[in-house]
Amino acid sequence: MTDSTSGESSLNCWKNDFPVLKREVRPGVPLVYLDSAATSQKPESVLTAMDTYYRLMNANIHRGVHTLAEEATAEYESARSRIASFIGARDPSELIFTRNTTESINLVAQTWGRAKLQDGDVIILTEMEHHSNLVPWQMLAAEKNLRLEFIPVNDKGELDLDVYQKLLLLEPKLVSFIQMSNVLGTINPAKEIIQMAKKSGALTLLDAAQSVPHFSVNIQDLGPDFLAFSAHKMIGPTGIGALWGRKTILENMPPFLGGGDMIKKVLLRSFIANDLPHKFEAGTPAIAEAIGFGAAVDYLSAVGMENIRKHEQRIVSYAMERLSRVPGIHMMGPDQPDRKGGVISFTIEGIHPHDIAQILDSDGVAVRAGHHCAMPLHDKLGINATTRASFYLYNDESDIDRLVKGLDKAINLFG
Amino acid sequence: MDDLYREIIIERYKNPAYRGELEPNDITFEDENPLCGDHIRIDLRVNTEGVVSEAAFSGHGCAISQASADLLLESIIGKTLDHVRQLNKEDLLDMLGIELGPVRLKCALLPLKILKAGVYGLGEATDELLEEK
Repeated sequence: MTDSTSGESSLNCWKNDFPVLKREVRPGVPLVYLDSAATSQKPESVLTAMDTYYRLMNANIHRGVHTLAEEATAEYESARSRIASFIGARDPSELIFTRNTTESINLVAQTWGRAKLQDGDVIILTEMEHHSNLVPWQMLAAEKNLRLEFIPVNDKGELDLDVYQKLLLLEPKLVSFIQMSNVLGTINPAKEIIQMAKKSGALTLLDAAQSVPHFSVNIQDLGPDFLAFSAHKMIGPTGIGALWGRKTILENMPPFLGGGDMIKKVLLRSFIANDLPHKFEAGTPAIAEAIGFGAAVDYLSAVGMENIRKHEQRIVSYAMERLSRVPGIHMMGPDQPDRKGGVISFTIEGIHPHDIAQILDSDGVAVRAGHHCAMPLHDKLGINATTRASFYLYNDESDIDRLVKGLDKAINLFG
Repeated sequence: MDDLYREIIIERYKNPAYRGELEPNDITFEDENPLCGDHIRIDLRVNTEGVVSEAAFSGHGCAISQASADLLLESIIGKTLDHVRQLNKEDLLDMLGIELGPVRLKCALLPLKILKAGVYGLGEATDELLEEK
């Protein structure tokens, strides 16, 4: 990492740490990457950490007696501790490595959900969920005859907490919701939603895929029972994510996948499950990725999550101001920049999002077009698809200028 | 990209000649591209000789899929259903006259899949329909 720790003014230093941002999409067309809500770019320090593992200490973890195995195990477990403390967890054994947020949520549904829920039990979700926090519960609901209820989204792209209050009268067993919408950018009042759930006796799961990467998320402060997030959206590698869970709950959950590492003892016809967190980590895990994940939280901690949030708010304010002058544009979600994260989804009258994305790509500007894995939310908003620009610490105002220039080009072409 | 959005595509997207619905119709089929949510319905009227006399498309989608639908329907008016059954991917791409990447290719070919699924009386628009001659 270069000099990345001195806050807002070192903006260009952050950008310089990400090798891919130096490339041209095609000759003479530099990349403007505005798709971080899908996946983020990776800094040199993360790439080096993973490369070093493979070059110098590649070995399978746990149980190995030789030096490389011990070093690899130490690095893997050290990454777990650093990631746990990054979200304010005091006990690293409460942090389980998974493949991604989706797997973390499925783990809870298939172990806690399958063991503890019964016919007629209620789960509360919201209308702005990503498919990853809808489908696992739909699958479980079909299997166990559960009832799913949804906190509605209002015209401003915010959750209707009055309706939520009424839904709580159904005495739900679980409230599972997204902390920051990957489409609207809405930052939901997670603490309030969790406290209300607790009062009615429900457990809570926070889908933090879009929040942990972009601002400080502390489980001690928010108080959820489960928290799910992915490394690849927070400058780490793909193929690894995390589930944090409250120890007493995790201990009483049956294991998820069966196999090596998740057992203490195996007989021909039975097994005894391992202690936390290994009980939920069957088979050889993504070791290099865990080490890369650790390097990612080191980088983010050094920059400071408050600095990232401040930086993104500045970019979002600037983008909303510039975009509001684009003819025919309609931006989704809260209209005050301080109520949303670094995501702006929009439509432009008369131009399909796919065409917008394609025209922007010809100028090297990478955005996403479609339903962003939130089809029910798009149905609710009455639109088929949107174009989404999403930001991270390595973006700056010049990227927004390139975006607006590309949109002008699209409008001229279709005008 | 400028090739992709050549004049005929933009013109057909903005002023399609065959946009609408036919009620009653002899053949109707609709489907969508689950990747992007683009949805197209195609209605045909066919005379007693098995010749397409009228055609219309409705729904929503990007410029590529809409222009593709418009050009495709124009090409089958006055043609037999046997002719329609033999249309393949290359025929439609020739009409569009553009080079497409794998993602946008799906947009361009959606109307052909829907047309052929309707003419064959199939329950779904599959990729196999794009190949046969």
